[in-house]
Amino acid sequence: MKAGIVVFPGINRERDMAIALTAASGARPRMIWHQERDLAGLDLVVLPGGFSHGDYLRCGAMAARAPVMEAVRDFAARGGYVLGVCNGFQILTEAGLLPGALLRNASLRFLSMDCHLRVERTDTAFAGHYQKHAVFRAPMAHGDGNYFADAATLDRLEGEGLVGFRYAMPDGAITPEANRNGSQRNIAGIYSANLRVLGLMPHPEDLVDPLMGGTDGKPIFDALAATFAPRSRAA
Amino acid sequence: MQRDVNQDLAREFGLSAEEYGRVLSIMGRPPSLTELGIFSVMWSEHCSYKSSRVWLKQLPTKAPWVIHGPGENAGVVDIGEGLAAIFKMESHNHPSFIEPYQGAATGVGGILRDVFTMGARPIANLNALRFGSPETTVTRRVVDGVVRGIGGYGNCVGVPTVGGEINFHPAYDGNPLVNAMTVGIARTDRIFLSAAAGVGNPVVYVGSKTGRDGIHGATMASAEFGADAEEKRPTVQVGDPFIEKLLIEACLELMETDAIIAIQDMGAAGLTSSAVEMAGKGGVGIALDLDAVPQRETGMSAYEMMLSESQERMLMVLRPDRQDAARAIFEKWELDFAVIGHLTDTGRITIRHQGVTEADIPLAPLADQAPLYHRPTAETDKPAILNPARVEDRVGLTGALLRLIACPDLCSRAWVWDQYDSTVGGQTVKRPGAADAAVVKIEGHAMALALTTDCTPRYCAADAEAGGAQAVAEAWRNITATGARPLAITDNMNFGNPEKPEIMGQFAAAIRGMAAACTALDFPVVSGNVSLYNETNGRAILPTPAIGGLGVIEDAAKAVGYALPPWLDVVLLGATKGWLGQSLWLREIAGREEGAPPPVDLKAEKQVGDFVRTQILAGTIRACHDVSDGGIMIAVAEMALAGKAGVRLSTGPRDIPGHAFWFGEDQGRYIVAVADGAGFIRAAEAAGIAAMKLGTSGGRDLTLPDGGTISLTMLAEAHARFFPEWMEKGA
Repeated sequence: MKAGIVVFPGINRERDMAIALTAASGARPRMIWHQERDLAGLDLVVLPGGFSHGDYLRCGAMAARAPVMEAVRDFAARGGYVLGVCNGFQILTEAGLLPGALLRNASLRFLSMDCHLRVERTDTAFAGHYQKHAVFRAPMAHGDGNYFADAATLDRLEGEGLVGFRYAMPDGAITPEANRNGSQRNIAGIYSANLRVLGLMPHPEDLVDPLMGGTDGKPIFDALAATFAPRSRAA
Repeated sequence: MQRDVNQDLAREFGLSAEEYGRVLSIMGRPPSLTELGIFSVMWSEHCSYKSSRVWLKQLPTKAPWVIHGPGENAGVVDIGEGLAAIFKMESHNHPSFIEPYQGAATGVGGILRDVFTMGARPIANLNALRFGSPETTVTRRVVDGVVRGIGGYGNCVGVPTVGGEINFHPAYDGNPLVNAMTVGIARTDRIFLSAAAGVGNPVVYVGSKTGRDGIHGATMASAEFGADAEEKRPTVQVGDPFIEKLLIEACLELMETDAIIAIQDMGAAGLTSSAVEMAGKGGVGIALDLDAVPQRETGMSAYEMMLSESQERMLMVLRPDRQDAARAIFEKWELDFAVIGHLTDTGRITIRHQGVTEADIPLAPLADQAPLYHRPTAETDKPAILNPARVEDRVGLTGALLRLIACPDLCSRAWVWDQYDSTVGGQTVKRPGAADAAVVKIEGHAMALALTTDCTPRYCAADAEAGGAQAVAEAWRNITATGARPLAITDNMNFGNPEKPEIMGQFAAAIRGMAAACTALDFPVVSGNVSLYNETNGRAILPTPAIGGLGVIEDAAKAVGYALPPWLDVVLLGATKGWLGQSLWLREIAGREEGAPPPVDLKAEKQVGDFVRTQILAGTIRACHDVSDGGIMIAVAEMALAGKAGVRLSTGPRDIPGHAFWFGEDQGRYIVAVADGAGFIRAAEAAGIAAMKLGTSGGRDLTLPDGGTISLTMLAEAHARFFPEWMEKGA
């Protein structure tokens, strides 16, 4: 798998993401500076977590207008795979690659804790290594993860099956208690219409090693690595 | 506004008449306003350590693994595999009361710069916080602001906040303590120091622009608070963690090259202290042209620029032939880069602004003739030892447990941790609440660091010497309890007004206790910070020598936490007398704050600790928790809650009253979970260590020796209640 990680000023989880991608695929991802425009040869572009441009103005707003984002938009339009996590998800919504917005957490406090995510569909390049409705643990660390979209957009996302992950209880129940940041309909991650762009608020990349408390997040990276594995490598 | 420079102004700037006289004799003329400003901040308590230096010298600072001890921006220890850990703790107490959010945030920013200026990538932040009585709304506002500030800065720069401690006591009303610690990793052959060298070499300013914020902050930090604390708000700096993040990345990128000769952050006293210290340490002169300083505001005077404590700025001396390459790196990160002067052979600092020489001071006397005080000390009498048999237990074990586990000093800190990003970096092996020390792996290596902050101020108030030793021993114990080998400490000495003999007496006694513990445990001090004048309206804080400890474990996979697995034997190691003096049980249950604090037997401490570490590394110990505040019962309850496993406790020894045995705070003890309790106890006893089985884990209840049963659910609710209820209730 040839992955690239976009580095905006203020991003801070690019190293975590590189570790997860390298562990899954054996290949180190390319670091792409936000002023570059060349994404040639990449299977996957990742927008990692952090505080791009300090999250000043609005989370992700300035990063969404960086030169690299024009290239990311073209890449996505040509059917390229894009993963945006946390700040990366915010950038994707600000760039118009995914609908909706991430508002301040309902508690108005930064939330750093493990949450549980229910996998809503498994027929994608990202989620193929989970069982349908599997529940996995992932750390979250954000001040603005409260997913919002108008009712019509939410209905469309649901109707088209584009809700990828929801905040859940460990037993899979979708409850207000599980929804710490107050997201509409417990939404933690959504796909683009072609299922190739995923925005996800929590951090599976920080739970890929038993030493750090578990490997719950690893199947996402394993699935991506398998999708882009050379054909000679049997599944 | 132009002011006449005279003794009155000098006093306003915090210089005594004697000190001002010394300025006159060094200069041979009345100083300019800028010169007076430079003398006053360099000779402030905060920068000169004039009251504490004579005592700090008594601390042991050497060990074979110490690369740089006190005197550099941070302490440096060799952790093996060609790597060094660089760390320090620093206070931001005064600003955090005046403006809690920015005070705490810039405290984190400042300590980060002390560490990355030496070439280290910061990998962990910790903190040690003391607040006033939770009964007051002021305390609630300060806690809220400090927690948000620490999170706001640390989360944004992407350094995980992995540990810390919080105490409450009315002595901190009006004077909270915010001590922030940063730990970084560098290659041992790539450590950057601050001594300038090379006459003619460029002096380069990088980072944020200079504004009027924080002018004279170091002087504020060297005075007591009165009713005018609010008026001091303009001396608090404002932080920008985004710029700090860029500065970290730009500096580390530049440090991959050979461009830097010397580098120092602009911390307290800003451009003044960085320029003076870099040139002074290098034995060279320095000429600055302030017209070249990047400025955020117009019309700033030389005095304002030299005294500004604007954040996120660094000063460097570069190789002239690498200047352009360095500039390119900072331009890439969109940071200011300005050559603002050069090194000279004059031995003086000269400052020009708009064609006028605003300051011209000889550096050697500025440093050598800095005031040094042997202030009078008066040590307080040590309190008598409290006989536990004379303290009646009126509530029983179950009642006491439920009250203690819920009290502000022992309740769950999850509400606080949940606002700190503890996982960024992907290397956090033991997060807050999982082990006695945070465990953070070194990326690309099997080894990990174990990190903790510790101090028990109520012990120090009763007996500063015993309390100083206890703070060091507890840090050593907490590191040991993970399986790591303790290497070194940083200290943050928070005390009241040093001009009062009883305060200086506390300071001297605490140092004596710390030095004894550091020596006995081979645990030297490699960096530190002193914060004096922590008094409001004449009332001092509890003496608080906060210790930041660092240890290393070669194989991170062998580190243990305190989460109790089910179906194991729970064993107590170390001797128990039932020490109730200064215990939390005595304060919270009996309503008494009295007696001598528990003494630390340093020889036994080392013996028990070395045994525990060996057994953890051998894989025998599956969970380990030191016994501290609240004694055995609280330690067992915390293990049960973390592991979601119940415990059935056996009866304690007959010769100690039950409440004293279960809640006493004798030192040098650990509770461990092992598969074969009998075999383990035999091994401990063979090593000369007192050991006894406390019970067996499993089930969903904590069953007490008096027959009382508390479900883990009920215990967890009691433990979790305080912070959310206190903080989320309406203003």
